[in-house]
Amino acid sequence: MRQRIMQRVGFALLALTSLIVVVPILLVVGIIVARGLNAVSWEFLTAMPREGMRAGGILPAIVGTILLTLGTALAAIPVGVAGAIYLSEYASDNIFTRSIRLAIINLAGIPSVVYGLFGLGLFVIFLRFGTSILAGSLTLAIMTLPIIVSTTEEALRSVPMEFRTVSASLGGTRWQGIWKIILPQAFPGIVTGVLLGLLRAAGETAPILFTVATFFLPRLPQSVFDQTMALPYHLFVISTQVPGMPMEIQYGTALVLLVLVLSLNLVATLLRSYFRRRRQW
Amino acid sequence: MNNLITREDTNLVAKLARTIGASPKLATEASLAQAQAETNVRVGAAVSAGGMTIENLTAGFADFTAVSNISLEIIPNKITAIIGPSGSGKSTFLRCLDRLHEEVRGAWAGGRVLLCGEDIYAAGVDPVQIRRRVGMVFQKPNPFPTMSIYDNVAAGLRLNHFRRVPQLDEKVEQALRQAALWDEVKDKLQQSGAALSGGQQQRLCIARCLAVEPEVILMDEPASALDPIATLKIEELMRELAREYTIVIVTHNMQQAGRVSDFTAFLMMDEDRAGRLVEYGHTKQIFTNPKDKRTEDYITGRFG
Repeated sequence: MRQRIMQRVGFALLALTSLIVVVPILLVVGIIVARGLNAVSWEFLTAMPREGMRAGGILPAIVGTILLTLGTALAAIPVGVAGAIYLSEYASDNIFTRSIRLAIINLAGIPSVVYGLFGLGLFVIFLRFGTSILAGSLTLAIMTLPIIVSTTEEALRSVPMEFRTVSASLGGTRWQGIWKIILPQAFPGIVTGVLLGLLRAAGETAPILFTVATFFLPRLPQSVFDQTMALPYHLFVISTQVPGMPMEIQYGTALVLLVLVLSLNLVATLLRSYFRRRRQW
Repeated sequence: MNNLITREDTNLVAKLARTIGASPKLATEASLAQAQAETNVRVGAAVSAGGMTIENLTAGFADFTAVSNISLEIIPNKITAIIGPSGSGKSTFLRCLDRLHEEVRGAWAGGRVLLCGEDIYAAGVDPVQIRRRVGMVFQKPNPFPTMSIYDNVAAGLRLNHFRRVPQLDEKVEQALRQAALWDEVKDKLQQSGAALSGGQQQRLCIARCLAVEPEVILMDEPASALDPIATLKIEELMRELAREYTIVIVTHNMQQAGRVSDFTAFLMMDEDRAGRLVEYGHTKQIFTNPKDKRTEDYITGRFG
């Protein structure tokens, strides 16, 4: 009897801790939606900011964030996926590959502001890209690479070894097997990893702070060498740097950023469950 | 079906003729007659198409020797069974015959394996080319999970072509017919291969292997994951396939070896745990009148 009571108490505690995980998320999302929803209108999404950003819309910031995320994807996906294919399918286990893996793990732990300063030094100043979408995208890409490499490698490793053997037994070269048999099976995992990496890039402030983001630029960027506004930085600016900023606009901006990031997340989840239903082994 | 066999036969005869430089008809008759007449297995027929000669094959992983000094001849268009207790190196031996063994990290092999008289371990031989001539069917049915039935059969052909494969539909149908699966799947070629039963999946894997038109088919316990009825179907299929292909099968099931094979090789590990060839001969002789005491003990179930 005593044991059963102890067990009940134990389960209750466990349930409570899982609630503690969920409550803050619900609170954050709930408050932002409740306070920001009124600010979001067609004009808010499609107009330039006016009156020192205290009125009008946030279009340049939305466009900036989308462009930066696309730029990050273009730079990080090919390099990250190719690197992961090399590490998982070709590289043998030696000091060289072990140090690459160690580097990847460490890269994932570097604070994002350090990436920002690195981007400033390398892309903005040394390579003379200036503060530009190009410099910002590349900085974000470097920050995203470890995530993409490690999740892609994980996805490739989850494809059972026997399919590589079967592919070889059918007279396929290593690359033919990877391209036509292994990659299609690892695809859902790769897509999820890539989207999660981009998701993080889309929401980052520090790496774009020195490399691309601008305080106030009420026009859309014309080339990759232009500066641009971006949602995370804009949010920081209007929350701390502009006196007399209506609360509504701050929450509205946060809501737009949240929706953008969560919809990427949703896409990742849907793709994963779609592919999971299709594959059986 | 009859057409297909004839076409295959013509191919085979042409290959034979090329290999031993005799007139096509003569070649088949000669090698078949030889194989049937000789009670001793070392008949020299292994030089013709689909025949293999293994000379002093030793193979293993890192510092472990899995099979040691094995020599035997695989007779074309016959089924050769490799039997022996667990750990006697049967699978390693089999995987050396299409150079699949070396895909495993740390694997090594020495000795000679002749396919139609040509050493597949000679310098400059591309293992990829060898594997197109020597196919493999694995223990667990393993159709590619992301592919339809059709794509599974086409997979081997597509691996080797980056453009469209000519007459792919015909080749897929032919392979499925040869694997005795066509009638069961012809209406659902675009469905996933994973939805088939275990036995059907294994026949799908056989079709996938046949589609690349190999000369030799290696089977690594192809029925051990199947129920008795599916097993019988696979065995019937093997007898059918032996008319056109050379088959080497590894099996744990001695009844199966007795039912299906023409020749049997018995492998056993020595004190050093390396697998060695104990006895090789006609299946009937091995099972009724084994020359080696260890073969007899194994066959009669005294160990293993």
